[in-house]
Amino acid sequence: MSAPLTSLDRPNSYIGRSVPRPNAKRLLAGRGRYVSDLRLPRMLYAAFLRSPHAHAKIVSINTDEARKLEGVHLVAIGADLAKICTPWTGTLDHFKGMISAPQLPLPLDRVVWAGQAVVAVVAESRAIAEDALELIEVDYEDLPLVVDIDSARAAGGPVINPGSTNNICFRAQLDNGAVDDAFAHAAHVVEEEFSFGRHTAVTLEPRAIVADYDPAAGALTVHHATQTPYQFQDLYSRHYGIAEAHVRVVATDIGGSFGMKLHVYHEDMAVVGLSILLGRPVKYVADRIESFVSDIHARDHRVRARMALDAKGEILAMDVRDLTAIGAFSTYPRTSVVEGNQVIRLMGAPYRFKNYRATLEVIFQNKVQTSQYRAVGHPIACAVTERLVDMAAAKVGLDPFSIRAQNVIADDAYPQTSPTGYRFEALSHQACLKRLHELMDYDGLRAEQADLRKRGVYRGIGIAAFVEITNPSPAFYGVGGARISSQDGAILSVTPSGEVRCLISVTEQGQGTEAIISQIVADQLGIAQEHVKVITGDTEVTPHGGATWACRGAGIGGETALQATRALKRNILEIAALILQEQPSALDIINGEIVDAGTRNQRIPISEIARIAYFRSDTLPPGTQAQLTVSHHFAPQGYPFAFTNGIQGCSLEVDVETGFVKVLKHFIVEDCGRIINPMLVDEQLRGGIVQGLGAALFEECRYSETGQLVNGSLADYLVPMAMEMPDIVIAHVETPTADTVLGAKGVGEAGTAAASACVLNAVNDALTPFDATINSIPITPIKILKALKRF
Amino acid sequence: MSGFDEIVLDDADETVRVRFVVNGRKVACEVAPRETLVDCLRNALELTGTHAGCEMGACGACLVQLDGRVVHSCLMFAVQADGAKINTIEGLTESGVIADLQAEFHRRNALQCGFCTPGMLVNAHELLSRVAQPSRGEIRDALSGNYCRCTGYEAIVDAIDAVAKARSESGGTT
Repeated sequence: MSAPLTSLDRPNSYIGRSVPRPNAKRLLAGRGRYVSDLRLPRMLYAAFLRSPHAHAKIVSINTDEARKLEGVHLVAIGADLAKICTPWTGTLDHFKGMISAPQLPLPLDRVVWAGQAVVAVVAESRAIAEDALELIEVDYEDLPLVVDIDSARAAGGPVINPGSTNNICFRAQLDNGAVDDAFAHAAHVVEEEFSFGRHTAVTLEPRAIVADYDPAAGALTVHHATQTPYQFQDLYSRHYGIAEAHVRVVATDIGGSFGMKLHVYHEDMAVVGLSILLGRPVKYVADRIESFVSDIHARDHRVRARMALDAKGEILAMDVRDLTAIGAFSTYPRTSVVEGNQVIRLMGAPYRFKNYRATLEVIFQNKVQTSQYRAVGHPIACAVTERLVDMAAAKVGLDPFSIRAQNVIADDAYPQTSPTGYRFEALSHQACLKRLHELMDYDGLRAEQADLRKRGVYRGIGIAAFVEITNPSPAFYGVGGARISSQDGAILSVTPSGEVRCLISVTEQGQGTEAIISQIVADQLGIAQEHVKVITGDTEVTPHGGATWACRGAGIGGETALQATRALKRNILEIAALILQEQPSALDIINGEIVDAGTRNQRIPISEIARIAYFRSDTLPPGTQAQLTVSHHFAPQGYPFAFTNGIQGCSLEVDVETGFVKVLKHFIVEDCGRIINPMLVDEQLRGGIVQGLGAALFEECRYSETGQLVNGSLADYLVPMAMEMPDIVIAHVETPTADTVLGAKGVGEAGTAAASACVLNAVNDALTPFDATINSIPITPIKILKALKRF
Repeated sequence: MSGFDEIVLDDADETVRVRFVVNGRKVACEVAPRETLVDCLRNALELTGTHAGCEMGACGACLVQLDGRVVHSCLMFAVQADGAKINTIEGLTESGVIADLQAEFHRRNALQCGFCTPGMLVNAHELLSRVAQPSRGEIRDALSGNYCRCTGYEAIVDAIDAVAKARSESGGTT
């Protein structure tokens, strides 16, 4: 299983090689083609009037003055769009009992968060559209508010959804083994209540969409900055009643997504409807303030958790309750309960214990929706587990490395099923733990820490093991009734000049999808990478597939490309064999040349095969039909998910006078299976870690008591910048999945999954001499000073 | 919007003629007084390599060179730039002055989505024209107004560091 798929010494061996992304040169030259750059003939611009109230009845809307403004083409309210767009509901069947109210592009009679779009204006420029917004009068009548988790759960308090008796969206319970018994007989119990603030994706390019409905053709084209063009093709088709084949979604360059741009947004659905009403292209780009109040947020969990251990420090059981508040609706079509579901199922994932109980309660509140954002649920499960493990280590008198070495599932003990119900094919916690110890010079860091403490410098060292969910099968969304594919498709063609075009359903957001697909195709066919052109992100030309999310691009998209290429190679060799009077099995392809498999002697270039097949088929034996285009689909089978694992380490310094934290260095040992491009994998890890460090130390969507987001700008909401971020040291262990030939798993969430847990442990480690603890993320200077009783 | 009512032009429709030298060429535009420089560059001049990320000078996506210094094109009105010499990512690319930075960013994959990249390059170019051999700390400090959500910054710092060293070794600092 660990034998390399290819040797890097072989010609055209690209799997495992750090090669730069061919498509990055355009971006470096300022030649990116983002949706926010797009301008179509006769295009109009949309702007939205937003609710200033977190919960209110819409009494009346007066748009007369706005309609009169020169340059305004359309002013639309909820009822206008409800006539042409069917409502959507963010529930999935496999989340038993979950509820959410139906949603429309614009509300009919009630607003449920501050910032919700209420009226749309379409005009000849964005500026004119915004001028018109100022002429609209909306009369609201305040309704009672639900802002925080406690008031949402309070008996007899305000209820957000009419017809409901409470604000519960979904409840779930897991109970495996004998939890009560394990706690009753435990030598040690550690317990803590954790809170995780809301944060948001803050992609540098805000959400952008251009909808272009052609009434003459009855066809809709949507240029949509999204990860998932096929999902939106399906949704626009079904909610606007246009045949799927007449809906085209084009997702070109995108200025960051991280999960945020794969959800249905009210404005985006509205823009499609506005284009249908006008028969002209309509563009909408959220400004930064709109992004903060209307992009999905993530996290917002309060977790009470305890862990039972025996006298030697063996973990016996965990008991967890996660309360999470998701806004007024569950997001469509992936819902807002997936994060909580993954929180309770990823708890304790690296460890061997058998007794587990968890309760999840997903709660409505008057804020913008939360939903899937990078590393869905992972950072919460990881921080809770890893902090409890550190607390247990202190109680038992073990070093953090020792207690983990004692409790992780042994590398030779797989397959395993976790007490939360996940099936692990093969993980490498022991190897990763050992490697991290060396990589961070753990003993050296501890010695330095002890020396510095004597001088009043408080450094902290933290580690955090994690398990990541990748390569999801239909068990993720398909079983719940969502029309979200877990398979991918590719169409490969040999051009008449002997190059290869690959149209594939996975999409590119800058992580290097197109680069790794071209590496796989070139490697498997035996041609130079520069002779492979990869085309993604256009439902009109690429086959239907899941696209890129939840760490499936390399594992599922890559396997699709691999299998498609092998099929194309068979077809090429079949024609070559006819021309050369050989058996196909006696031939191979190296550097674009058909060679004798045994001697590698060159026989005929692919370009010559292509020339004959396309232009001189008369010279082929009668009955021969050359197939130099293949289409191929691949759906993951075997394990429902390909889990990955790793461990992170962090060294930081806490200024106990100011509460400021300086991260000095961060480390990660990661196992994502077969590595296709080491440089791109490392960049995914670094970027992911920095997003996790942002969550750990800075990022929080802060709300007032009246449900107003009070820090919704890039000057007020703190994101990690170059100054505050450390260098990150990376090492790998490779345990390929045996479910595919390629053996690749995902790597996009790994950095974010454990970075905040690592920082939480390191800050607590730094504060040990003061008997002060932190249990809340983000770890702001005020929280540290409060823990130190200095504020 | 139906019918053809009598329409009267008013003051709000007035535009101002401004002239710049953009990427080495004289250009003139009719702009509304409220139009920002970034909007003018992106819309009227179709120079979409300059990006708008926050429209309040916090993210650095809109950085351009104006009369030799780096400015946020989202923080000034187009009329304020009347008469200025402006270089955008497109012009810096064509002139070749940042070719080594671009090649090093590419080689090290110091970009993912690429939306911050033009601003990063404009800023890095300014830094290296002021300080021949900045330390890693100085590079990070210089980038402290350029937000990147994708990379984690390290590869960007590495790329700028490598170019600074290469320029110094070749004796060709600018």
